[in-house]
Order: sequence, then C-alpha cells, then structure tokens
Amino acid sequence: MSAAAEPSALPHAAPPHRSLAARLADAASRSWQAILLAVPYLWLLVFFLAPFLIVVKISLALSEIALPPYTSLWQWTEDGALSIQLYFQNYAYLIEDTLYLSGYLNALKIAAISTALCLIVGYPIAYGIARSAPTTRNILLLLVILPFWTSFLLRIYAWMGILNKQGLINNVLVFFGVIDQPIEMMNTDFAVYLGIVYSYLPFMVLPLYVTLEKMDPSLWEAAMDLGSRRWQVFVDVTLPLSVPGIVAGGLLVFIPATGEYVIPALLGNPSSPMIGRVLFDEFYSNRDWPVASAVAVVLLILLVVPILMFQHYQMRQAEEGK
Amino acid sequence: MRHGRSTFLTVWLVAGFVFLYGPILLMMAYSFNASRLATVWGGFSTKWYGELFANKMVIDAALLSLQIAAVSATVATILGTMAGIALARFGRFRGRLLFSGMVTAPLVMPEVITGLSLLLLFVAMEGAFGWPAGRGMMTITIAHITFSMAYVAVVIQSRLAQVDVSLEEAAMDLGSRPAQVLVDITLPLLAPAMVSGWLLAFTLSLDDLVISTFTSGPGATTLPMLIFSKVRLGLTPDINALATIIIVAVTTVVVIGTVVSNRIQHRRLVEGSRSRG
Repeated sequence: MSAAAEPSALPHAAPPHRSLAARLADAASRSWQAILLAVPYLWLLVFFLAPFLIVVKISLALSEIALPPYTSLWQWTEDGALSIQLYFQNYAYLIEDTLYLSGYLNALKIAAISTALCLIVGYPIAYGIARSAPTTRNILLLLVILPFWTSFLLRIYAWMGILNKQGLINNVLVFFGVIDQPIEMMNTDFAVYLGIVYSYLPFMVLPLYVTLEKMDPSLWEAAMDLGSRRWQVFVDVTLPLSVPGIVAGGLLVFIPATGEYVIPALLGNPSSPMIGRVLFDEFYSNRDWPVASAVAVVLLILLVVPILMFQHYQMRQAEEGK
Repeated sequence: MRHGRSTFLTVWLVAGFVFLYGPILLMMAYSFNASRLATVWGGFSTKWYGELFANKMVIDAALLSLQIAAVSATVATILGTMAGIALARFGRFRGRLLFSGMVTAPLVMPEVITGLSLLLLFVAMEGAFGWPAGRGMMTITIAHITFSMAYVAVVIQSRLAQVDVSLEEAAMDLGSRPAQVLVDITLPLLAPAMVSGWLLAFTLSLDDLVISTFTSGPGATTLPMLIFSKVRLGLTPDINALATIIIVAVTTVVVIGTVVSNRIQHRRLVEGSRSRG
C-alpha cells in the first residue's frame, strides 16, 4: 500500500475527449489532491502505525541494563548471516504472575460495569434532551459537552474533595446522624466507578442523543394512538431503535475506560489495580520495557474487536452524513 | 412533533446536571476558602490565588502547556482538515480502509498504549537517526498532534458530509480547477468547523496527562503533570484556585467560540437563502 495512494475514482474524472491543456491541468490538480492525502497519511503511518510495530518488536526482546534497556532482536553473525532472536518469555510471564491476569480482569470488569452505569444514567438524559423544545435542546447539549472541554484531571480531583474522609458526603452524613463514623470511600472500586461515569458521561449521552433525535416522532404517536402506554412505547419502539446509539456510546466509554490510568491512580484501590496502572508502574517503577510492551500488546488484542466495531460504526455515520 | 418531556425525564435531567456541575462548582467555591483544610470553610479569601501566581513552577508549566497546545492545535488542524477532506471528498482510493482506520483509532485508543508506543518510537528513532535528540517539548507536541488531528478530521468530515457537494461541482463546471475550488469554496465553508476543531485540539492538548508523561523528558513538565504530582499527595488549596482559573478560561473561550461559529453559520444560511431567493 503506497502512502501517496492516488485517488483512483475521483468524482470529477476528466472525460477522454478533453484537450491536452485541460488534461494537464487535471493531472496537476490530481497531484495536488495526492499531496492533500499523502501528508496526513504519512504522518499517521510514522507516528501512529509504526509505534505499534515497535511495541510488538520490543515485547519480543529481553530486558537488559543498557540504553535502550532491551536486547536487539536481530544481529549479524560473524559469517555475515542475519540471526533473529525472539523471546516469548514476557508473554509467559504475564500468565505466570497473577498480578497481570487480575489486572486485565479488573480492568474489563470495572470498564463493563461503568459502561452499564453510564448507560443507565445517560439514557434518560439523552432522551430528555431529544424530547425538549429545539431552542432548549441546543443549550442542554452545550451543557453536556462543556465538562468534556474542561480538564479531565481537575474534574477527578474535584471528587477527591467530596469522597474524602473529611469530605462533603461524609460530613453531611455524619451531620444528619446517618452514620457515626466517616466511611472510607476514597481508594475503593466505588470511587473508580463514580469517576469513570462522571468523566465519560458526555461520550455516552452524545451518540444516544444523535440516534434519539433522528427518530421519527410519528412512530411514538402511532404507537400511542394504537393504545400503547408511554413505557410500552419506550420498550417496544424507542429502545430497539436506539440500539446503534447504545452500541456507539458503550464503545466510546468501554474501550478507553479499560486502559484508564488517571482515575484508578487517584481514586482507586492500589491493592487491586486496573491494567493501565499495572502497565504504567511496570514501565516507570520496574523499568521493564519489554514486559510493559507485552502488557500493551495483550491489552490491544483484548480491545481489537471493540475497536473494529467502533470504526465500523464511525464509518457508517460518516457516510450517512452525521 | 410533541415535545412532551415527562416529569421523570425532567427530574432526571436536573439531577444529571447537578451531578455534572456540582463537584466543579464546589471545587471553585473552595478555592476562596481561607482555611488550609480543604474541606472546612474558614471564611472568604483570595490568598491561594496569590500563592499560585507567586509559584514559578506553576507559571513555567502553564506557559509550556500553552505553547505546546497552540503549536499542536495549529498543526493538528491543518493535518486533520486535509485528512477530513480526503475522507469526505475523495471517494474510494487505494489504502482508504487503513487511512480511515488510523484516523478513527486514536479516538478510543487507551492513552497508556498510545503514550508507550510513541515513547518507544522516539527512542528507536533517536537510536537510528539521532532525531529527536532527547525528549521534551518537541516530542510532546508531535504526540499531541497525532491524537488531536483525529478529532479535527472527524469534525471536518462530518461538516463536509452536511455541505452539499453541488456547490463545489458547480464551481468545477464553471471551469475552476480543483485546487481553486478548495481555496475559494471548500475552505471558507469549513472555517467554522476548523475553528471548533482547533479549539478542541487546543483543550485536548492542554488537558493531556498520560501521553505527555510518556513522551516528556527531564526538564519538560506540563501543567497536568505538575497538577498530578501535587494531587497524588492529597488535596492542596492552590490547585483549587488553579482549577478555577482553567475552568473559567476554557468555558469562556468555548462558549464564545460556539456562539461565534453558530453566528457565522447562521449568517451564511441567511445570505445563501437571500441570494437564492
């Protein structure tokens, strides 16, 4: 696949009878278009695709005390032959040490539960916005998007002040006599769920809103006219038709949440870390680059199906023009 | 259409917005707290703001972050616009599947993977060609361009999908060359989307912690990196003050940006209908 992939079926391909000058002009503009494509294409090949290949390569090397801290995969032997050394120890190590397995399972469990919670919290919000008058709708949408623009890190930090032992929730509960002793909410799975739902909620609401807003209201009216009750209309008509939005929103939450580092590092329980934190620590505390690379490769393999599903959805959306 | 919203939905919407905004507003209120204890109200004070501006580390980190954000947002807007035009207007071309895959994957890719892989790339490149020499502002900027151009491309592509191709085709039929059509028609149509793409890329860069940490080197500490290292040790009131400044600034810019780009789009529509009518 060449990077400067020429657009082969342009909508404005020249008809064969045009003059030489016109054809030359066409060729010039075609190369112009090729440049337009080639520059971002090359950038992504070098800075997005190539790095993954390097991660795979280093995951098959051994850690050593050197600069860079891993062995080279290939070297020339004395008689000029190329010898390639692949080590699968790092992957074996991931299976042997339960830290990694439980890291993956924890991450998948926490991401799945948070995605479900996001859906439960986000669906009525999206539905409520879709059923508002058009003028209020835009304001409500901006209000949903706005937190996404403001710092992710600071929004997680805000919760540290609320969940703290001397934080707002504990103070209020103690004040009203609901509890005698402050409860430990920081460094628990509960705090991580809360953090993920809080920071990823806009990603769930927006795709849900897009599908709900497109829905033909006459469908609801028809169902109502036929004697369905409100919740029945919802279960029989609205919910099934909004499945594409549920899938898209779910993937937008689930995939990044599985590799989340900041939320578990600030709010989570250090004794049962998610895999993102394991990877980070492997790299920075243990300085074992090959094992960290293997952790990343396996995480990517786990996420490959959801990522392809997301891409499929994204491409269909782009073609539909929304 | 009946815009009927049941009481349940209205209550849920209100609760949802309280959930989204409550913690932020509370943090902003506590930035004016005189007490060092982050959770006890000790009267109104602006001393944390004074302390913040006296802290050279914070100012340096903020300046570095703003520089990286400005450069990476600008390059990401250029590259993302090119990618968005290619995806929306070039039809089928060889390697399209790989290209669109690489454009959308960064939207969901876990940051630890992107960060680690870019770091390993930079190390390998330095070993092979001696560039980039060491890591710091340059490598962070390249990393930010890579993930934020994906967001810009999606914004541009969806904007182009809404714009009627016939406008560009008409210009083409009237004898304009494609490059000219791009400059005269397509880019002006895209201007509002490019502005929101730039803003999005700017805030994404300003906000990024994980990828910056991986691709940074000694001496280059961005604002989120500094905040993270302080916050890990517990609550500090000057971070509340810093958060308030950042949130107010970003909100102002985003709201103004949205209003202006809506105005431009609206004016275009009005002018368009006038010239047609």
